[in-house]
Amino acid sequence: MQKRTVLLSAAAFAVIAASTNTWAQALPKLKVGFMLPATGTFASLGTAIDNGFRLYVAEQGGKIAGREVEYVRVDDESDPSKATDNVNKLIKRDNVDVIVGTVHSGVAMAMAKAAKESGTLMIVPNAGAAAVTGPMCAPNIFRSSFSNWQPGYAMGEVAAKKGHKKIVTITWKYAAGDESVKGFKESFEKNGGTVVKELNLPFPNVEFQALLTEIAATKPDAVFTFFAGGGAVKFVKDYAAAGLKKTIPLYGSGFLTDGTLEAQGADAEGLFTTLHYADNLNNKRDQAFRLAYAKSFKLQPDVYAVQGYDAGQILGIGLNATKGDAKNIQGFAQAVRAAKIDSPRGAFTMSSSHNPVQDIYLRKVVGKENVVDSIASKSLTDPGLGCKM
Amino acid sequence: MDFATFLIQCLNALQYGLLLFLVASGLTLIFGIMGVINLAHGSFYMIGAYMAFALAPAVSAIFGGAFFSTFAVGLVLSVILGYLLEWAFFSYLYEREHLQQVLMTYGLILVFEELRSMLVGDDVHGVPVPEWLNGALTLNEVMTYPVYRLFMSGVCLLLAGAMWFVFTRTRLGMMIRAGTSNREMVQSLGIDINLLYRIVFATGVALAVFAGMIAAPVSSVYPGMGNSVLIICFVVVVIGGIGSIKGALLAALLIGLVDTFGKVLLPQAAGVLVYVLMALILLWRPNGLFKD
Amino acid sequence: MRHPTSFVLLFFGLLALWPVMAGSYGADLVAKIMIFALLALSLELLVGSTGLVCFGQAAFFGIGAYAAILMSPTDGSAPALWLSLPCAIALAALYALAVGALSLRTQGVYFIMVTLAFSQMAYYVVHDTPLGGGTDGIYMYVKPTWGWVDLDNPAHMYGLIWLSLLVGFLFLSQLLRSPFGRALSGIRVNEQRMKATGFSVYPYKLAAFTLSGAMAGWAGYLFAVKDGFVNPELLSWHLSGSLLVMIILGGLGHMRGSVLGAFAFALLQELFQAEAVFGSFAKHWHLSLGLTIMACVAFMPHGLVALPAQLRERLSGRNNREAPVETLEEKA
Repeated sequence: MQKRTVLLSAAAFAVIAASTNTWAQALPKLKVGFMLPATGTFASLGTAIDNGFRLYVAEQGGKIAGREVEYVRVDDESDPSKATDNVNKLIKRDNVDVIVGTVHSGVAMAMAKAAKESGTLMIVPNAGAAAVTGPMCAPNIFRSSFSNWQPGYAMGEVAAKKGHKKIVTITWKYAAGDESVKGFKESFEKNGGTVVKELNLPFPNVEFQALLTEIAATKPDAVFTFFAGGGAVKFVKDYAAAGLKKTIPLYGSGFLTDGTLEAQGADAEGLFTTLHYADNLNNKRDQAFRLAYAKSFKLQPDVYAVQGYDAGQILGIGLNATKGDAKNIQGFAQAVRAAKIDSPRGAFTMSSSHNPVQDIYLRKVVGKENVVDSIASKSLTDPGLGCKM
Repeated sequence: MDFATFLIQCLNALQYGLLLFLVASGLTLIFGIMGVINLAHGSFYMIGAYMAFALAPAVSAIFGGAFFSTFAVGLVLSVILGYLLEWAFFSYLYEREHLQQVLMTYGLILVFEELRSMLVGDDVHGVPVPEWLNGALTLNEVMTYPVYRLFMSGVCLLLAGAMWFVFTRTRLGMMIRAGTSNREMVQSLGIDINLLYRIVFATGVALAVFAGMIAAPVSSVYPGMGNSVLIICFVVVVIGGIGSIKGALLAALLIGLVDTFGKVLLPQAAGVLVYVLMALILLWRPNGLFKD
Repeated sequence: MRHPTSFVLLFFGLLALWPVMAGSYGADLVAKIMIFALLALSLELLVGSTGLVCFGQAAFFGIGAYAAILMSPTDGSAPALWLSLPCAIALAALYALAVGALSLRTQGVYFIMVTLAFSQMAYYVVHDTPLGGGTDGIYMYVKPTWGWVDLDNPAHMYGLIWLSLLVGFLFLSQLLRSPFGRALSGIRVNEQRMKATGFSVYPYKLAAFTLSGAMAGWAGYLFAVKDGFVNPELLSWHLSGSLLVMIILGGLGHMRGSVLGAFAFALLQELFQAEAVFGSFAKHWHLSLGLTIMACVAFMPHGLVALPAQLRERLSGRNNREAPVETLEEKA
């Protein structure tokens, strides 16, 4: 019995040693490591980001700065407890030149820490946590998406301009929700309004009835909310079903109505949200992008696809400046900071903490689209608190 | 909180509790009465919700009508699924220990989630409320209450009544209860215990699917929805007392109360409160509220 | 019990040589698996030896992990290993004592659920309150040191984990051979009989529960220090469930089983996610893993450790499989 166990163990060791060493050689190809969710609630976002990035690379003929692009994918399962191990697969096992990821903020923070320590280039195509371009910021970490604070802050100004004085906020008690509400509160109160109550419920709980009743009892002028995914669908539907949609206007960070309109149906009609993208931007770049994306993937693109695409653009700008050297972080960062990125969302630049400085649009839900109403906030810069770069 | 708001919150608590009972009813049968730890219960709930979403267009095209026909088709499919699953997997598990049931059904969760991802994709979907149930009752000048939720609560009550009736007042119920106490004896009395178990299991699956289909317009359809209901369903069955239907109903209502008022009065502790409730009840009554 | 010494020597010898053979990623991977093996051993003490199915082991693991991070000094100096490790273990043991004292009043499936309830309570405390830093977790910036031992050095970290697993394994095998361990086996086999002979079972169960919690806390401390990062998912019931999968996969009632199960479970996940092996199907690795787990239950109900015996019986052409001989002693 002992012998067999030992033999089995030895065989297992050999297999693992072989497989972990296979990736050890460095290749002249540009290795891009995707750390995105392939399973779980955010899987569709992971797919959209992946698609967007690959579209960019395909448009460049499969090469960036003369180096052929090779992809490695790791499923992060949106699980922060496995994040460090997963990102080490990319950094240590596969020796990638750049990591692109991820959706979930907790995972992104673990990735940022690992990237900071190893000096590997990292581009975040979604996670909006303030920490990534805050205390965790580093010359080799860039974000192509947004910070949670941005859409919230933009909406605060809008709500104040619309004449609302008393607002109740409601969200999940986690970083994305807290930061979104914080941004909203900052600009709303700066412009003369008051947030009378801040409601929240544990993430990812979706039983809203009790809190909707609370909102009704408080009778505010309006409600500001942050929810995403399944929770966003349910909240909008519950809000309408409770009759509140007719009596108390609802405003939200764009994720409330992004990717969820088909599920929300008529309950979302007329809702105002703020985000750095919309469905009918009508600039040339966006039209070309949408056409190309639909052709390649037989799907309509969304904000996540744009963020993935722009992650590719950032990589391209940086590497073209360093002639393909992914280890030249100084050169890379210099080029990206000076660049104006021609994105489907409109042109944007990078802040000193490596977060996009971009226009935030005010959008209205019309039918199955988020249609641009106006620009809520022009060239909004995230303050990057805590970033020492 | 003023009195009117308090009443509305009570209504919310009641409705949530009844919905919980509906969702946990299938587990009450399979776990409570048959004693099989079925971690895949949440997956059956998810299958129901996805069926409501995916079947509706197909059923309308073939059979016409929407709401009830989709239900009927969904229920038939789920009974078949439950029957097959029981025959293929679960029948092996009755003799085995709880741990192996945990393991087998844990594997099932992974399989179902991935199959769902491969077949239907990972997007979030909504299921529309049927027109004739789409009204609202005015509660005060700001709030209304959706009729569909009242409909759901009504269905839950009917279901609870039906389950209680079948189990305590019919021969079938008697046989099932006898079978779970003493399998061999029932078999030696000439009753086909395997067929009986298969029927009960299929019913349990069908109930979970039915709950998913009914709740779909209200809860929306998204990946991972099964996981969030799973643990709370176990909590319902355990607090109520394994094997007791009225216990499960009472437990569900208690949880509804604790969750609703907890969210409003103690938002920071809202997540913990249900578990504190369970711990307290089990420490007071180690076998749950009602022993069978 | 058949010559566990040779197993221990060969297995731990291989593990000690591993970092030299594999690259830094391979060493990291095995270090992580060793931590889970230690955690699985702690659960085996409860489930396999004492017959107490605990569905809340992740809570003690998580408490040890959070203790490691929360006790780091805020001024940026290195925490003292000789102080923070015992404190983390003590905290986890304390929670285990409290939970055990209350839960051991219940039996069977209720016990399983009560342990789950207490684990969920701990989960929600770190998930929802400022104490735990919320859903995104908290970081440790400086790793503990003790004299010349600096856990920032991967070799030292690997060494400490290896040592912990060895000590844990040896300690448990000694414990289970002692009168205390025999009492636990007796409780597992027939509690009523033990009580009838005048044995007071409650203190034994409570002691086992607390010890198990302490070991889990130790594993948690190592995890936190190795990654430098903790988050609430470390206390989730999914982890408790995975642990049960590990020890059943390996084989209940055998300490080797827990260790093998931890390795097998982790390596299976690596295998199924490997694009080199499965190509684009690798993103559906949950399906492969789920089917494998189900197949294991169906065809290997006694786990991996019983596999050689099972195969031997198949090959020698016997039709009726004898059930493995149930001895009172916990096999190492």
